Amino acid sequence: MIGYVLRRVLTAVPVLFGVLVAVFLLPRLTPGEPCSAILGERATPAACEQLYEVNGLDQPIHVQLTTYIGNILTGDFGDSIKFNRPVTEILLERLPVTVELGVTALFMAVAVGIPLGILAARFHNTGIDLGTMAFANIGVSMPIFWLGLILAYFFAIVLQGTPFALPPSGRFSAGMSPAPFYGVWGLTLAETGFVRTTADFISRLGVFNAVISAQWDSAVDAIKHLILPAVALSTIPMAVIARMTRSSLLDVLGRDYVRTARAKGAIGGRVIRHHALRNALLPVVTVIGLQLGALLGGAVLTETIFGLAGIGTALFDAISTRDFPIIQSFTVVIATTYVIVNLVVDLSYGFLDPRVRLR
Amino acid sequence: MTEGLAVSITEPDQLLDEPTSVWRLALQRFLHRKLGVVGLFVVLTIALVALFAPVIAPYDPLQPLNRTEDVQRRDPPSSEHIMGLDSNARDEFSRIVYGARVSLPLGFTTVLLAILVGAGIGAISGYFGGWVDNVLMRLMDVILGFPALILAIAIVFILGPGIRNTLLAIAIVTLPQYARVMRSSVLSIREIDYVSASEALGASPWRILRTRVLPNALTPLVVLGTLGIANAILEAAALSFLGLGAQPPTPEWGAMLAQERALIFTFPHLVIFPGLAIMITVLGFNLLGDGLRDALDPSLNE
Repeated sequence: MIGYVLRRVLTAVPVLFGVLVAVFLLPRLTPGEPCSAILGERATPAACEQLYEVNGLDQPIHVQLTTYIGNILTGDFGDSIKFNRPVTEILLERLPVTVELGVTALFMAVAVGIPLGILAARFHNTGIDLGTMAFANIGVSMPIFWLGLILAYFFAIVLQGTPFALPPSGRFSAGMSPAPFYGVWGLTLAETGFVRTTADFISRLGVFNAVISAQWDSAVDAIKHLILPAVALSTIPMAVIARMTRSSLLDVLGRDYVRTARAKGAIGGRVIRHHALRNALLPVVTVIGLQLGALLGGAVLTETIFGLAGIGTALFDAISTRDFPIIQSFTVVIATTYVIVNLVVDLSYGFLDPRVRLR
Repeated sequence: MTEGLAVSITEPDQLLDEPTSVWRLALQRFLHRKLGVVGLFVVLTIALVALFAPVIAPYDPLQPLNRTEDVQRRDPPSSEHIMGLDSNARDEFSRIVYGARVSLPLGFTTVLLAILVGAGIGAISGYFGGWVDNVLMRLMDVILGFPALILAIAIVFILGPGIRNTLLAIAIVTLPQYARVMRSSVLSIREIDYVSASEALGASPWRILRTRVLPNALTPLVVLGTLGIANAILEAAALSFLGLGAQPPTPEWGAMLAQERALIFTFPHLVIFPGLAIMITVLGFNLLGDGLRDALDPSLNE
């Protein structure tokens, strides 16, 4: 088992290295002088020279690469050009918004997708199966930015005035943003340092912060704001998970040992619960991991539509203003998360299914 | 149980009666999949719409109508303009019809490019093996290390916005899947005796690739490619929505949506119709791809 884990971890290293190099090359592949890209068209040659010197851009390219990788490994992402602040600060501000949105969406996708898939397989070739798969097919075919807009229209305008109305943008209503939980708990934290950073990060997870500090009105408000973007973002993963669960379960239900169980008198739902489900869910786990990519890409679109200040919108704004330090570090963080999650999924697969380890 | 036995006894006789090729069997299986046929129908319809756009569209997709007709900007759907007018007083239905001329070729070309380059890389990788294989496949892994849309955004950003660069970006982020399929086809086929025989008879690598490997790899490539078109259209629309793909006044569905998205609360028809067009097209290709997979891969038959 340890050998298997080590082998898998080692295969991720060249990929992560490649990701770092690709992100390093990104601004250097952009047409035109980096100076005019960063400082604008009217930058003076003196200002350019100073910029190159400060950022080490006058060094040979391999020296730049080594410095860059060294900086990233030590967690130094540099300063944002537009905001003139450390990128790490901006990242820590924006990340909780995306984490809250992504985790909620993924949770919804799993909580609805798996039961739907089971239902479709249990009632294979019936109306239930057909309906579920029609839903899944439409789900993967829908542009999520469009779904988001339609949801916003329906819940904010059509249902306006009813108890089902939901806000179409933002994270909190005016005056409803909850106080940080540590303030409510009466804790006084140092202005800087690891504890403070972590506490700030947690306090920016809107719903979680409001719930642990018992600010119920704010919690309800935050949940109402979270529903629409989370539903929009969860559609594609939900549909993919439902399809995968169904086909995997159907595959397992055709195996000999399930036939044996049936012959011994286990019927319908019992076969699925006690015999088939555990094995059928293995491929589903992999698919859930792969959906993270769709979630991160979808976050850019969902956050844009619902006006959420997460890393998706930050990355997109940075791209349109050519804020290279933000583009580079956010891309590195996103890609690294993606690679690591897929690694963990692969490992869990080996853990759940002993046969995988033998390969 | 008896049902299963009866079928397995009668079927071989039927097969002997009429001459059947692999392709005819596949076609028969495909026609039995109702959803796949629906997908084919949708795709063909949209292709016809694209082909005959000038005949179908009642108005010029780029021409404002408020100077020549008695209409207002953003008029809601009416009998004269079934999808209403957009913010520049252009006929929305005509723009949707012409949009098929952008999205369909875009999807096809993207996938064609990705298959050509991807399959090429996969074939080289599988055939030569060793460090060539290692370098190429690690490169593919790096591409897969990024969430697709985010890498596509970054590539379009480097190359500059526009339809052509959108096409390139999506082709780049999707080519690893084709490379992997081709590589595994090459690897699996190399071990088979008739390929060794060809090699022993002095067939060139190119000939082996063409006559032995490609026919085997074609099925998964076609299935992946069909589903890939759906994906490419969806991602191209997303890039256009973010302002990176097709630029106004091109009647591209994603760009149309982006332009009018602020009006969702006041003039929802300007957002609903382009989105529906994207969804129906993508759904068509998805259903067709699923149908093809079921038909071409008998091992999947339940």
